[in-house]
Amino acid sequence: MPNYLIFRGCLIPYRISSYEISAKKVLDKLGVELEEMSEFNCCGFPLDPINHDTMLTLAARDLCLAEQQELNIMTLCNGCFGTLNHVNKELKEDKELKGRINEYLKEIGMEFKGTTTVKHLIHVLAEDIGFDRIKEAIQKPLNPLQVAQHTGCHVVRPAKYSGADDSEHPMVLRNLIEVTGAECLNYIDEMECCGAPIIGVKPEIPLQLAGEKLRHVRDVGAQALVTVCPFCHMMYDLNQQRIERTLNEKFSIPVLHYPQLLGLAMGFSPEELAFKQLRVNASKIVTR
Amino acid sequence: MSQNETTHKKETSGETGLKASDIDPKFKYRISKLPGAENILLCFQCGTCTADCPIARFDDFYRPRKLVRMVQLGLKDRLLSNDIIWLCSTCFTCVDHCPQDVGIANIVRALRNLTAEEREMPVVYKELASNILKTGYAYVIPSLRLKRREEDGLPSLPRANLENLAKLFDITGLSKTIEKV
Repeated sequence: MPNYLIFRGCLIPYRISSYEISAKKVLDKLGVELEEMSEFNCCGFPLDPINHDTMLTLAARDLCLAEQQELNIMTLCNGCFGTLNHVNKELKEDKELKGRINEYLKEIGMEFKGTTTVKHLIHVLAEDIGFDRIKEAIQKPLNPLQVAQHTGCHVVRPAKYSGADDSEHPMVLRNLIEVTGAECLNYIDEMECCGAPIIGVKPEIPLQLAGEKLRHVRDVGAQALVTVCPFCHMMYDLNQQRIERTLNEKFSIPVLHYPQLLGLAMGFSPEELAFKQLRVNASKIVTR
Repeated sequence: MSQNETTHKKETSGETGLKASDIDPKFKYRISKLPGAENILLCFQCGTCTADCPIARFDDFYRPRKLVRMVQLGLKDRLLSNDIIWLCSTCFTCVDHCPQDVGIANIVRALRNLTAEEREMPVVYKELASNILKTGYAYVIPSLRLKRREEDGLPSLPRANLENLAKLFDITGLSKTIEKV
């Protein structure tokens, strides 16, 4: 197995450790080694609205660090994946843009060369480790558990850069869920955004948007919602009570990070997978 | 009702007439030179972007189709003085669905960048920028969290090169933008 440089981003260390803990457990068992970045800076995504060049340059700086360490990047966050992957591909394709960004990077003694690749956790699992090896690692198949998936936006859109199998109906997370023995239920508007990027601008909108998804997920009888992004997770788990208050509607839907679901099937205990750190109680689904 | 919403109500009901001085005919060319916004003139107002926009379903005024039309018409002042441009959640559904490859989310980004540079920005962006400048991370991670990482068996976080970041903020022009706001 190749090693990866782990790019955990900002929100995970700030408040979503359960994602990192469970991802680390699962990847370790599957033989993937994660290496730390020599230095870190935010991928730049939060600054794109106010200065596109700053975003490009911050992302390019992270890509340069990966190039120096001669490793590919693995992100856990859709936002980091979307930004780093997009910038990496754009700079590789567009010589003029690369020249412009390298002018900035020259000032800090760096140069983007284009020798690294950016992957999200779900790509590492599905493509590099592969479904056969994951199947072999399953010790406690999760059937008859029924869950719903929320892949999120930046791992599939824009399709031009994401490399997603099908941006209207992506199968990767669905297949990764099915391999655990759990059933992945269909529901309305599965590809709808969680709204997190504007939670700091006008919270009423994302709260309604996320509430609508929780309603669709509840209505098909899913026992949990599975996410692969700390921002989506924050919207559905951390903010679920706030959504319930805003909409005056009860959901109580546990929201799992995908590696928590996979970890359960691989035989890890809920404690080892940091289930206790989830805001919405998930004990209903682990004491089946 | 905020002043913005009032203005919007009036605009949609046709109460406020346009004056020639409200129009900047060159604005669309300026926007079309910004990255990702090159195809703005190709928009034929089909409305696919608005129909598929999750934000438009929950906000009475956010209409991506209308924003593109306003750029084409040169209504620079109305666009840059309007909170509405900050509502895009960058889900990129409009980008993927546009039959003309207009890159609407990129146009919204271009409008935001111009507004931040020339006028103002929502306070949250100033906070995020300031956090990144001070710590490398978009959020200031409390020391309790860092201690908790140890207890959870997680590795310590890589540090930021703050000198590098300050330099990049300066040369890309962000420092100037933040100081002004």
